[in-house]
Amino acid sequence: MKKTISYRIIEGKHPVFYWTLGISTFLILLGLYAAYNMEHYGHIITGMTNQIVWGMPHVFAIFLIVAASGVLNVASISSVFRKSFYHPLARLSALLAITMLVGGLMVLVLDLGRPDRLIIAMTHYNFKSIFSWNIILYNGFILLCALYIWFMMERRMHGSKPTVGLVAFLWRLILTTGTGSIFGFLVAREAYNTAILPPLFIALSLVLGLAVFLLLLMFFSHALGERILQRPKILLGVLIGAVFYFVLAYHLTHLYITGRHGVEYFILADGGIYTILFWGGYIFLGTILPLLLLYHERFSHSRVSIGSACLLSILGGFSLLYVIIIGGQAYPLDIFPGMEVISSSFFDAASKHPYTPSGWEFMLGMGGIGVSVILTLIAMKILPFLPANLTDSDIDPELLD
Amino acid sequence: MNEETSPSNDRRDFLKTTAVVAGLTVAPGMLLYGISEAKPDEKAVSSKIRWGMLIDTSKCADGCDACVNACVNEHGLTEETTPETKAQWIRKVGLRDKQTGTVHSLPMLCQHCEFPPCTDVCPTGASFKRADGIVLVDRHICIGCRYCMMACPYKARSFIHETLENQKPHSPRGKGTVESCNFCVYRVDKGKQPACVEACNQDGHQAMLFGDINDPNSEISKKLKQVNSSVLRPDMRLNPGVRYQGL
Repeated sequence: MKKTISYRIIEGKHPVFYWTLGISTFLILLGLYAAYNMEHYGHIITGMTNQIVWGMPHVFAIFLIVAASGVLNVASISSVFRKSFYHPLARLSALLAITMLVGGLMVLVLDLGRPDRLIIAMTHYNFKSIFSWNIILYNGFILLCALYIWFMMERRMHGSKPTVGLVAFLWRLILTTGTGSIFGFLVAREAYNTAILPPLFIALSLVLGLAVFLLLLMFFSHALGERILQRPKILLGVLIGAVFYFVLAYHLTHLYITGRHGVEYFILADGGIYTILFWGGYIFLGTILPLLLLYHERFSHSRVSIGSACLLSILGGFSLLYVIIIGGQAYPLDIFPGMEVISSSFFDAASKHPYTPSGWEFMLGMGGIGVSVILTLIAMKILPFLPANLTDSDIDPELLD
Repeated sequence: MNEETSPSNDRRDFLKTTAVVAGLTVAPGMLLYGISEAKPDEKAVSSKIRWGMLIDTSKCADGCDACVNACVNEHGLTEETTPETKAQWIRKVGLRDKQTGTVHSLPMLCQHCEFPPCTDVCPTGASFKRADGIVLVDRHICIGCRYCMMACPYKARSFIHETLENQKPHSPRGKGTVESCNFCVYRVDKGKQPACVEACNQDGHQAMLFGDINDPNSEISKKLKQVNSSVLRPDMRLNPGVRYQGL
């Protein structure tokens, strides 16, 4: 017999609720203060330069945007792939997709040299630019997810739910392809200019999205059953493996192309912080450790190890984005192939462009996370997004398809 | 009777002389106008023209910064900031061939590509290419996203990291937007040479030749036919308007 799923709002009386609300507000204020200063004094107060033109705010923004598109996957599995096991979690998944995207976009916009000209970005389109497409894709995604939530919550609309779910799923695939293409389309830079970046970003989005989702679920549902965690846990492991596959293919193809040996040597062996973050951050902390925690007999049944695996894979994903976004710029452009630059006032002779993110950049990035958290909390307080019960007994064995 | 007809002959002669004098007075002006290719403000730029530059690296003196200084003065790039954030529309680069060891000195500026990656990626269309091949940034609709800087293969663009003061009216600049060499477009429209070219000539180096590469009779076109020249990163097929001789 099919059980009716009931949902609840969070009570919002627990001190933890107020603490989270307070900390998020504080982070948002920090972010806004940083944005005000970056606007007032200019980007000179950041670590960004004419060599490293995109910095820490972009890592935060792309992290949130990529995770936002990935977090919708839980809802997609439920409505597109008809796995009823994930049904109760679909609402929360679509909500997080909106709130994380809004947080990421806020960081991206406030980092602009002229954030006051946002309206120009909304009214002047150059359709050869993937950025232009992304503006439409991001706004459309927010709209679609909102529609999706409405259809899930409104009984009269249930019939159309799979359709909007399918559209949202396809839309998110295109969206993440667009985000990956921001780098994939950069023909001049050796670290980018590859068609493997969009699928890599899609795989990464699935890991980040699922990890964030599971953490939130464990945080809010104390009576979470073991079985309901088992499936997404296995899925998380598979997805971590998928990202690793794309990263491996990315580096192996680059290692094959003689012209790209320089940038590969830089990232894998000689890049300082980028090498450390790649091997230590992404490979060890973000891939090997979480896989061990998820699959090794000794750890795999503990909720602590699942939570840790989620946290570690987020950390690994963040490291990977840092290596791709900043590391790709830190390796100098090869403007004069076959020539050694012996003098230049514009750092053409540098073997590595230095970059140290300033506190302002972290503040802006954390502000984006604050926005995502506070929007999620408020929405969960107002509307019933959380399933009332997620113990194993609530999940009908028949639903375990 | 004969005397009676003479006034009309005089009138005819006068008109003829006037026409010839007027013609002789105006024609050189018209001719010069044609040569200088100055463009009246109300006339749209034409794609029949493609402005380009040929840089002779053998004439470009090592240690000479005349072009850079001229650019700094012309566009008021005088703000005091860190070297990493300073705007550089043109820079001098010293190169050594890894195989042969030969040394070159050359100015590096926006290459004014026929297919500029900066305009491809610009979300608002602020980065654009004029019909006559000059790549520009519309500072009114630049949102400061810096995607063009990520896309430019020549590192030709600078972002303004600080508040600017005392900008030159003919060369608008502003904090939070991206800028690069514009071939001194307002000078070119008046039939003049870019400031860097003028300075190089004044210093007697004659290393930079500017002109219409679509016009087979222009000095630059004739020279391009005579000498071997190359572009930077030809593998990208961007067909830059700036070419280098002797590299």
